[in-house]
Amino acid sequence: MNLRIIVLAKQVPDTRNVGKDAMKADGTVNRAALPAIFNPEDLNALEQALRLKDAHPGSTVTLLTMGPGRAAEIIREGLYRGADGGFLLTDRAFAGADTLATSYALAMAIRKIKDYDLIVCGRQAIDGDTAQVGPQVAEKLRLSQITYAEEIINAENGEITVKRRLERGVETVKAKLPIVVTVNGSAADCRPRNAKYIQKYKHAKTVTEKQDADADYTQLFSIRPYLNLQEWSVADVNADVVQCGLSGSPTKVKKIENVVFQAKESKTLTSADANIEDLMKELITNHTIG
Amino acid sequence: MNNLYVYCEIEDGVVADVSLELLTKGRLLATTLGCKLEAVAIGHGLEGVGAQVFPYGVGVLHIFDDARLSPYTSLPHTAILVKLFAEEKPQIVLMGATSIGRDLGPRVSSALGSGLTADCTSLEIGDHEEKKENKVYKNLLYQIRPAFGGNIVATIVNPECRPQMATVREGVMKKEVLDAACKGETKKHDVSKFVSNTDFVVTVIDRHIEKSKINLKSAPIVVAGGYGVGSKDNFGLLFELAALLGGEVGASRAAVDAGFTDHDRQIGQTGVTVRPKLYIACGISGQIQHIAGMQESSIIISVNSDPNAPINAIADYVITGTVEEVLPKMIKYYKKNTK
Repeated sequence: MNLRIIVLAKQVPDTRNVGKDAMKADGTVNRAALPAIFNPEDLNALEQALRLKDAHPGSTVTLLTMGPGRAAEIIREGLYRGADGGFLLTDRAFAGADTLATSYALAMAIRKIKDYDLIVCGRQAIDGDTAQVGPQVAEKLRLSQITYAEEIINAENGEITVKRRLERGVETVKAKLPIVVTVNGSAADCRPRNAKYIQKYKHAKTVTEKQDADADYTQLFSIRPYLNLQEWSVADVNADVVQCGLSGSPTKVKKIENVVFQAKESKTLTSADANIEDLMKELITNHTIG
Repeated sequence: MNNLYVYCEIEDGVVADVSLELLTKGRLLATTLGCKLEAVAIGHGLEGVGAQVFPYGVGVLHIFDDARLSPYTSLPHTAILVKLFAEEKPQIVLMGATSIGRDLGPRVSSALGSGLTADCTSLEIGDHEEKKENKVYKNLLYQIRPAFGGNIVATIVNPECRPQMATVREGVMKKEVLDAACKGETKKHDVSKFVSNTDFVVTVIDRHIEKSKINLKSAPIVVAGGYGVGSKDNFGLLFELAALLGGEVGASRAAVDAGFTDHDRQIGQTGVTVRPKLYIACGISGQIQHIAGMQESSIIISVNSDPNAPINAIADYVITGTVEEVLPKMIKYYKKNTK
């Protein structure tokens, strides 16, 4: 059975490696100082999709991402690993979206793609850690959902079997396709980029990117149609602009604060025997330990 | 009407700690708002739930008991909450930020078109002014959570949409019985009026729940390691000291990501929150997201070769030295001087 799989992926700032220069003097985050990466759990999701494609030759894997123009990089990264194509949802009207407005926009784009058997995405993105977009996209499309997936065991005859990793155990569930599956970081790592695909897709560009492309390559885009990455605006996916971006977001950020912890007066010791012994003695005497 | 609702997670008839913690917090918020606290229990074999939740000050307990509702699957539980909330119009709904709450919450919020804030670390009641519209909203739920990998703290509000929904991780709020003698009203609902057969599309074919062997949350002493511990082998020293002191071993996200120890041991915003009487931080630099999960420890000792490690600012004792050097000395002294 050929599967038509859509992978939802997000370009995120690498919040795991926030260095000292990542905070500006006024206490706000300096996004420019953080590298933009493929959200880690979305890579786990991509791998699950590619494995299904390996098991069912003739299947297709299509990436869908929402973000600024530079998020086209996510589609190329997917193509380099074996995906077949992708769409970039980009429009100023999408800016400032909370999870609900994001899900609405993604769901409208998926409706536009129309033919699919399975939607996979990472459980959550590292810049927000909310884990809300997957289930909300499912709800908007009136599909069921399987969250916290560690492994898609198989997808055959219109049914999918998935192993889920929960806080305190493991669950195997079965459901009918189409469905939304969100994938955990505990799932298999994504395969590396494939040299053959890099060669094939390195010049793949969106319409906007093509404007800056070297004139020598303009010919390429008509000879090799797969190098044209699709860009969609609010109007392209027939979305209601009021339900997108800031206006479509029920949650509002009231206040952002830099985290400041109450500093204590600390006692500084060295690793000398006498120092450690005194400390241990004090802790035993005051019944903290022992 | 317009009460505060808590969705209770239930396993084998036992209400999860996180739900009891939310009932405790919910009770306080409901008192501030002058509304009732209501609890929702969905599953099977729920006879004992009332006795477990009423001591927390629950005014009304909604019971949905049906064999098909346990174990949890997304659609039937969503269908129940969506219909119940459409009828009852709660102002606030709280759920655990667990694999159930984080599966159910977003789905319910999407169906109701209301805002949901995940993994709140603090919930308060306060007013909000929309300056552009010159409108003041009274008594909103301030949903406070770390964002951006824990580098900032954001206060989120839902001015217009109801219910205001939030999830909170286990261990973040304190669990406290209001009065053991408290009694409330139980409402048993007809499940067939809330779910249809088409909601049962996901079948659980195998399930084994492993009771957590690690009990970080209630450990009186936590010996935690960070990236600075250097290796999985060096974590052995932490285990030795923890075993000796009757404590547990915890870790920072960096140490877990580096594969030094299991994910279950992660302390911080995306892990467990702990409040032990003694916290020994070994080779932990002190990213904000980690500190958020341990800052309420009574005594904090930081062992770090970097005298300027950020965690030192909140430590009671700072030992400048490596883990390999300091921990064996602590172990040796303790062995020699206790029975």
